[in-house]
Formats: sequence, structure tokens, C-alpha cells
Amino acid sequence: MSRTITIEPVTRIEGHARITLQLGEDGRLEDARFHLTQFRGFEKFCEGRPYREMPALTARTCGICPVSHIIASNKACDHLLAVDIPPTGEKLRRVMNLAQIVQSHALSFFHLSSPDLLLGWDSDPATRNIFGVMRQNPELARDGIRLRQIGQTIIETLGGKKIHPTWVVPGGVSEPLSVEKRESMLRLLPEGLEIAKRTYAFYKTLVPKFKDEATHFGTQPTLFLSLVTPQGHLEHYDGVLRVKDAQGRILEDQVPPEEYGRLIGEAVEDFSYMKFPYYKPQGYPQGIYRVGPLARLNNVQACGTPYADVALAEFHMLQDSGPIVSSFHYHYARLVEIIYGLEMIERLLKDPAILDTRVRARARSNRYEGIGVAEAPRGTLMHHYRIDDDGLITWLNLVIATGHNNLAMNQSIREVAEAYVDGNAIEEGMLNRVEAVIRCYDPCLSCASHAFGQMPLAIELRDAAGRVVDRLTR
Amino acid sequence: MSTQPKITVATAWLDGCSGCHMSFLDLDERLIELVEHVEIVYSPLVDTKELPARVDVGILEGSISSEDDLEKARLFRERCTRLVSLGDCAVTGNVPAMRNHFKLADVFDRAYRENVTLQPQIPTRRVPALLTPVKPVHGEVKVDVFVPGCPPSADAIWYVLSELIAGRMPDPNAVTRFGA
Repeated sequence: MSRTITIEPVTRIEGHARITLQLGEDGRLEDARFHLTQFRGFEKFCEGRPYREMPALTARTCGICPVSHIIASNKACDHLLAVDIPPTGEKLRRVMNLAQIVQSHALSFFHLSSPDLLLGWDSDPATRNIFGVMRQNPELARDGIRLRQIGQTIIETLGGKKIHPTWVVPGGVSEPLSVEKRESMLRLLPEGLEIAKRTYAFYKTLVPKFKDEATHFGTQPTLFLSLVTPQGHLEHYDGVLRVKDAQGRILEDQVPPEEYGRLIGEAVEDFSYMKFPYYKPQGYPQGIYRVGPLARLNNVQACGTPYADVALAEFHMLQDSGPIVSSFHYHYARLVEIIYGLEMIERLLKDPAILDTRVRARARSNRYEGIGVAEAPRGTLMHHYRIDDDGLITWLNLVIATGHNNLAMNQSIREVAEAYVDGNAIEEGMLNRVEAVIRCYDPCLSCASHAFGQMPLAIELRDAAGRVVDRLTR
Repeated sequence: MSTQPKITVATAWLDGCSGCHMSFLDLDERLIELVEHVEIVYSPLVDTKELPARVDVGILEGSISSEDDLEKARLFRERCTRLVSLGDCAVTGNVPAMRNHFKLADVFDRAYRENVTLQPQIPTRRVPALLTPVKPVHGEVKVDVFVPGCPPSADAIWYVLSELIAGRMPDPNAVTRFGA
């Protein structure tokens, strides 16, 4: 008897989704799909708005990574102005961008994924959440809360608020950094780094426990896409595009971000509001690639900060050779990036030039088209605008970090469902693992929907005529 | 905070950016104190898949833009004693309602036909139909507490929850404003 299992809502991810598993007559998996169920339409309704509104407007794509949109949007606006922003303006933007990566990665690891890792995939769903972690492991929960708070406080110190801050503007930032603010941020960093290193050391002891999950959680060969520095080091703010394959061969390098359209196409499937980007030279759906922390670390040989470089070397040793393929190791990569982010923020803030008062280039729009690309916590984010003579938006295209992983996420849930879901005896823990592989990717569906739905998890047993003969809910 | 029996709280996001839920998480250490007084019985942050039959306080973020949003708003109204509209999208429609200036077909065409390179089509399978116009929550169901802000600050959310826990009706205008 064939059946469809619907997991809904997919919880402890950012946004609205359902997963459907199609089982055949013998109870084996035939198909698995990840459906994004929200759509807002930014690419249309921003039309007619002055380009200077775009950073604040597109920040509202996402409450988890608004800073990423603010950065990519302002870079697109810089491009429209046709100016170079003052070096200190760029450094200050970098600080905010890294603070956002720290807080977002902390949220993903502690608030959303640690319940699976600490309490167990099969533990009671009523307490399998951050509040359960608070009861069972209060120190770790407190560390997570504090780490995210440090990232958010840095954002607030610079931008006036934690979520949807202002301050970053076309041409740079709106005001220079004061000595007092610099000192207050620097004071937060030692504690942040201590927590990050402690968590990393603790997580390393967990990795051997999850050998089985690491084997099944999305190990398909894919390409990896990210920004890197011109020297091939870790980069989140600027740089050039690199594409590496699963064997570690570099297929594309030193690609200016403005040429993203040459590398990436987007397809639509009828079952999801999230588009399916693919690597154009390999076509669809063969051109499957991944972005985000795993891709970024796979694409570089060095982070450029001391402790993160040690952690990166250990990350590369998770496998005997080649890029790390298991999506389970997104968690590991995130912890490495948290360390990097904090070390780099400290370096930037200790640079005497950070107090320079020249932080903004002023100009009107001098181009009709602007492209801004940055690395959001979840991957490469692209904003592409066209304006008219009055500076009003006539067209825009957003390629969202989570969207890049759409093909890979669909493939990963298929892989996990095949490994763990027994259609003849379904248990809650099996289905939680299917959700957990999605949590590895830490998808930000608010973003992906530039667009969000929910219902209880329901399993319907249908007979060959499609009649529901049994229903199981959790 | 008073020491009464725990009240039950359910949260959901409709059509928003999840920024209001993130602002709730910005309560930071106060979250630990909060769970002494509150039980989160349903939320994107926990794994319960069913909204319980009775809930003391329901909190909705985001506007009503799709059939799913509408269904959820009605269910929350039916089962929650007090319903809170959290944030500007829930209170006014805000950014998602910018879609109302355009024909829905044009919004769809831009995203799924013009800005794609393969298989242009409008998704329809296992995804909820979109509604026109996009509405604030009280456009469809009765709301008891309006908390404006984009997002409302953690301090504002703390005040509202503290008052509700104490059994009083909060006056959010004292602590937040539109766009705050």
C-alpha cells in the first residue's frame, strides 16, 4: 500500500516548510520532497522604490540575518553610486557582518540543533528544545544564549538595534566609531572566544558518537560555491567566487561576483515556493552545489586567524582526503566560523584605522545597474538592482543563500529517509532525523521565500485507490 | 514576575521575517527566568506539532498572506484566551502588504517566470494558495493586544509577557512604536 508521510511543521528551523515522504507498496521510500510554503514577492513589490530604501526594505526579508541583506544591498547600492567606499567604512561593515555570523551560527547550533545532539534524536519531542537543554545542561544553554547575545550586542552597538539596524548606508556607514564603543565591544570578546573554544572542544568529543548520522546525512557529491579572498582564504564580505567539485578540483576561480549569472541559473519546481539554483555549465539538476559554512571551509586552505586555522586543519581531517562531503559537518564548520568571526572582529577593532572619521563616500547614482554579493551565515547572497534616471528601482533579482542549497536539501532528505525510515513501523525519531538533516543546513526560509505553513505531522495510509485507511499523528 | 502557576504560551509566524521571534530570543538570560512562569506549548522553537485545545496566550508574528496563514490565525483565535499581534506585519500588514500594490499574477511572474532560466511555472503542488489582499491579523480575527515595532524590542516583549503573566492587560504604547 503506498503512503505519503507529511512532516509539518518542520520545527527548529527558520521559516515555514513541510516535508513529504512518498512510500511505495513495500513500505520503501519512493520520493522525498522539501516544500517551502511561503512567498512574499520582494522581486516585484520593491519596484518603484528609491534605491536608498533597499537596504532597510530587503533587511525585512529576514529577521535572522538582516545584516547580510543590509550588506549585500548596500554593496549593490555602492555599485550604483560607482564609488569606492573609504577603507574604514569597509572595515566597520565587516565587523557588523562577522557579528551577525557569530549570532546566527550560535542560534543554529545552540537554540535549534543542540536539542538533537544533546537530548537525542529519539528523545521526548515535548522537551526536545532549547528549554529542555536549559534543564538538562544549563551551562551549555547559558553559553549559547551568551554567545548569541555578544554577537547581537556588537550589532546593536554599531547599528542602534539588534534586528534591522540602520547605520550601513550606500557609500559606507553613517557615522564613525567612537573610542567608547570600540572599548565596550572589545570587552565582550574574551568571554565570547572562551565560550566558542569551549563549545568547539566539547563538540569534537561528540563527533565520534554521530558517525552513523555523518554517514547518512547528505553525503551526495556536490559542488561547493563561496566567496574567497583573491589569495584563496576565508572571506565573508567581499572577494571572488570559487567553485570546487567533490574531489577538490577547482572548476571556477577568481570570478568577479558581478558575473554570478554566468555560473548560476534558477529553475522552478511546482512543489515549492523556493527556486532551485544550479551550476549552469553542468545543467539542471546535475549542477547541484552547496553553499554556506561547509562550502566556505572546503573552498579555502586558511582562515587567516590563529585559533580558527588550527580548527580548520582539524576540520579538513574529518575525512581522509578531499572536501568534507557530509552535510552533518555543517555543525562543525559553523563552530569554526564562530571562532574565526570573533578573532577577526578583535583584529579589526584593534586596528588604529578603525577610528578614522572618513567612513562614507557621498554620491548620487551614476549607473543603471548594481550587483552586491556577500557571504551570509547560510551562504552566498546576491542582490541585483536596476534603476531609472530618478533612482527608482525598475527591476531586481535576489539569489538567496538558503536557495542555493535547495537541490542538496531535497537530495539529503531522500538519503536520510532511505537510511532511517521504515515504512512498516514508523517511529517519531525516524522522522525527527529527516527534519534534523534539514537543520544541518540551517535553512533560512524567511529568506528563501523572499517568501513561509504549518499543520501537525500526519501520516496517512492510503490504499491503492487512494482512500485513507489509517492515520497517525504526533 | 509573580509566582503563579505557569501560563501556557503558543507562538507562530505567519507571513513575516521571523525577526519578532528573534527579538523574543533576545530576552537572552531572561529566557531562563521566563520558563519558570511560562510553558511554551507550541512554537517554531519547539517540536510539538499540534496546537493544544486550550492555550492562555497566543502570539502571532506576520501578516495573513496565504491560506495557511488564515487557517493558523483562526485556529489560534479559537484556542487562545488572549491573542497578541506581535510586530508591524501582524499589526498593519507592513512589508508583506507592499504586494497589494501589484496584481498577484505580476508578482508571481517576476519571481517564477522572468527571473528564472529553466522550467518557468507557478508552484501549486502542496504549497498554500496566496490570498489578496495581504491583511494584518485583526483583518481576519479579533486581536486582544497589539505590539507594534519592526521588531518590538526584547524589553517591550518582556513587559507585555510580564503583564500577561500577572493577569493584567499590557499597554504596549508605553514601550514601543511603529518601526521601533
